[in-house]
Amino acid sequence: MIKLWIKSGSPWVWLNAAAVSTCLIMVIAVLGLIAVRGAAHFWPAKVAQFSYQEEGGLVQTLIGEHVDTSITSAAMAKSTGHKMADNEDTLVQYLIKTGNRDVTGADFRWILERDVKNMDFPANLIVIERREWGNFYGQLLAVKENGKIIANGEKAVSVVHKKIAAALAIFGQIQHLEKKEIGSINYSLERLRLKEKKLKLKDLWNAEAEREVAAEKAGYEQQYNQYQTQLSELYQKVRQDSLIAKTDVGKEVEISLAKIVRLYQPNSMNLFDKIGFYGAKIVEFLTDDPREANTEGGIFPAIFGTVMMVIMMSIIVTPFGVIAAVYMREYAKQGFLTRLIRISVNNLAGVPSIVYGVFGLGFFVYILGGNIDQLFFPEAAPAPVYGTPGLLWASITLALLTLPVVIVSTEEGLSRIPSSIREGSLALGATKLETLWLTVLPMASPAMMTGLILAVARAAGEVAPLMLVGVVKLAPTLPLDGNFPFLHLDRKFMHLGFHIYDVGFQSPNVEAARPLVYATALLLVVVIIGLNLAAIVIRNRLREKYRALEG
Amino acid sequence: MTSQEVRTHTIDMNSVLLNRANQSDLEETCIKVENLNLFYGEKQALYGINMEMPKKKVTAYIGPSGCGKSTLLRCINRMNDLVDSVTIDGKILLDDENIYEKSVNVAALRRRVGMVFQKPNPFPKSIFENVAYGLRIQGINDKRILSETVENALRGAALWDEMKDRLNDNALGISGGQQQRLVIARAIAIEPEVLLLDEPASALDPISTLKIEELINELKEKYTIVIVTHNMQQAARVSDYTAFMYMGELVEMGTTSELFTNPKKKQTEDYITGRYG
Repeated sequence: MIKLWIKSGSPWVWLNAAAVSTCLIMVIAVLGLIAVRGAAHFWPAKVAQFSYQEEGGLVQTLIGEHVDTSITSAAMAKSTGHKMADNEDTLVQYLIKTGNRDVTGADFRWILERDVKNMDFPANLIVIERREWGNFYGQLLAVKENGKIIANGEKAVSVVHKKIAAALAIFGQIQHLEKKEIGSINYSLERLRLKEKKLKLKDLWNAEAEREVAAEKAGYEQQYNQYQTQLSELYQKVRQDSLIAKTDVGKEVEISLAKIVRLYQPNSMNLFDKIGFYGAKIVEFLTDDPREANTEGGIFPAIFGTVMMVIMMSIIVTPFGVIAAVYMREYAKQGFLTRLIRISVNNLAGVPSIVYGVFGLGFFVYILGGNIDQLFFPEAAPAPVYGTPGLLWASITLALLTLPVVIVSTEEGLSRIPSSIREGSLALGATKLETLWLTVLPMASPAMMTGLILAVARAAGEVAPLMLVGVVKLAPTLPLDGNFPFLHLDRKFMHLGFHIYDVGFQSPNVEAARPLVYATALLLVVVIIGLNLAAIVIRNRLREKYRALEG
Repeated sequence: MTSQEVRTHTIDMNSVLLNRANQSDLEETCIKVENLNLFYGEKQALYGINMEMPKKKVTAYIGPSGCGKSTLLRCINRMNDLVDSVTIDGKILLDDENIYEKSVNVAALRRRVGMVFQKPNPFPKSIFENVAYGLRIQGINDKRILSETVENALRGAALWDEMKDRLNDNALGISGGQQQRLVIARAIAIEPEVLLLDEPASALDPISTLKIEELINELKEKYTIVIVTHNMQQAARVSDYTAFMYMGELVEMGTTSELFTNPKKKQTEDYITGRYG
């Protein structure tokens, strides 16, 4: 009976189906987990007010967001030092995000469920997102302008919202001034300094050059002073307002509006407010710079860095891989040597990526970059220009890492083109090169795109080698900006994959950053899927266009 | 085959041609093959071939599979150069010029000697671009010239009426018979002197085959045509001269009517009467 069943082939079918389902379930579970955890991070959580009485203590008030619940069995709880009554078989603990790190010294607190006497959600609780010290939870008391109270009680909330909007606008101006205008002046001054040094090195430093440089420098400095006055005016303006709020322990705190990113009352928000808030948070996450050691704010530089690096890598790896594949398939004599090279290329794909990172650091950064600096940028010494990890070296290292997949798939594509097509072209008087360019390569382009898709998929998710050749925790400037030559390949950059590692495991405030890890992971997956989809769409177009003859 | 026998073929040819003295302007020899031997590595595939193909006539190669007729055909535009292991000795004279001379530009030669293959092999481009391909290679990009030539070539391949409204469609979307005529149009667009057809109808249905044969009859007014075919009826229908090959040797060559009605060799007779092959 069982023999018959085995012969019928259905166990085999079941086995196959089970394997596929297991894969699917795992993929969906991973994506689901990061999607739910990541996306939920931005939803405004209710803020609870607890009356909390520890055994033998006084009743105290606690304000915070409920983040997590942990249930421990009685035996375990006893062994960790909790007193357990005989009728209790579990110990329930809540993790509360209480914020106010400047007051209490910690963002989070574990409390025991049995000690919570009362819990409610007063509508007037406020949450303040600050530029430093994390969130503030408490009650708004009053708003001050130049040290004088201008509103308190009920009115304070609407006044403070207006004031914050104004302060944020000013803050935007400040940032623009600092980053764009002053940043560009600093950049120009640095170039001027290098120019001066270069002229001196070349022995061309004379009175005329000195005058020129001095004049230019004076111009920049005048501009700089102008901006500086503007800046200090703005700073003064933004610093004149503040608010006074009360923490859960009853302490009154004065917070300058200049330090506030956002103030909201989660308990009095309706669904539309919450959706609006959620949208604003997501936009902030996608477009802003990170704050507070990357645990708050956005991750735009990391998105930008990742995409930029992948694009640079694609630009480098595609021509290289295609040319190599064309030589091996079309020109090289097929023999032992070509076979050996092919095997080596295939095996290169299996080398651990950190090895490429070490190679990139040793060869590209130190040897190549060092020599480039010596030859072309002697004026910058001892500061390195290309002799230090940066975008260019990271892209080249990853291009090397992904070269095998491009070569292999391009070769496969070339070998699939029927010889009748080549003969047809040659018979019309085309040379081999013309045949290649006009017929064979276009027809092989879908295969090249397939190679590129695989390369992108691998490169975008790679972190280990990047840590050695160009990724940093926080890059002050993007590799692309308005200063000549616009694309700064020597700059270090941020990367989503490294950001996950940094925020999740190197952060001073791991608990606060954990949701951000999920959100960043989700984004990394989305970015990779996006890049891949773009390449797949292009490939399918090409495939449709160059649908090869069958057989 | 001894050289004596080979010589007789040549003499036969000449006598045939002399018989048609009234068409003297067509007797001119276009392609002359002299003592051609071809080897695939160690293996010899063609043995001392000698033949002449007259201008603006259709010459058909017949013979059983593997007898070397396609190989011989591919020698005429040096397609065999693409196979690494091939070595060739002997001469092929095209208008008294040896095409195996070192100084010969192979691409230029192939422009003079067009070729159509067994299976239609249009490029995955539009119909227009397929026909214009040869011109574009020569650096002709003038729209007016291109569209004029494409139209003439398509008319020449009896395809214009079917294709004039879909010049921008992908060539892979048309039928096999149309594709084969498109490939012929592509070949004649660059105005070659010689057209080599390697079993051009073997992958086609009977109606398409008929159309191709009609086309060959029209094309011979302008081109010297050499056609390889398995189909003896086809050879009889379309060709002026027929060469019978067997095991890499040229057994007999003569006017088609003579070869089919009065073969000189026993082998030829056996083959055309279907006794072997």
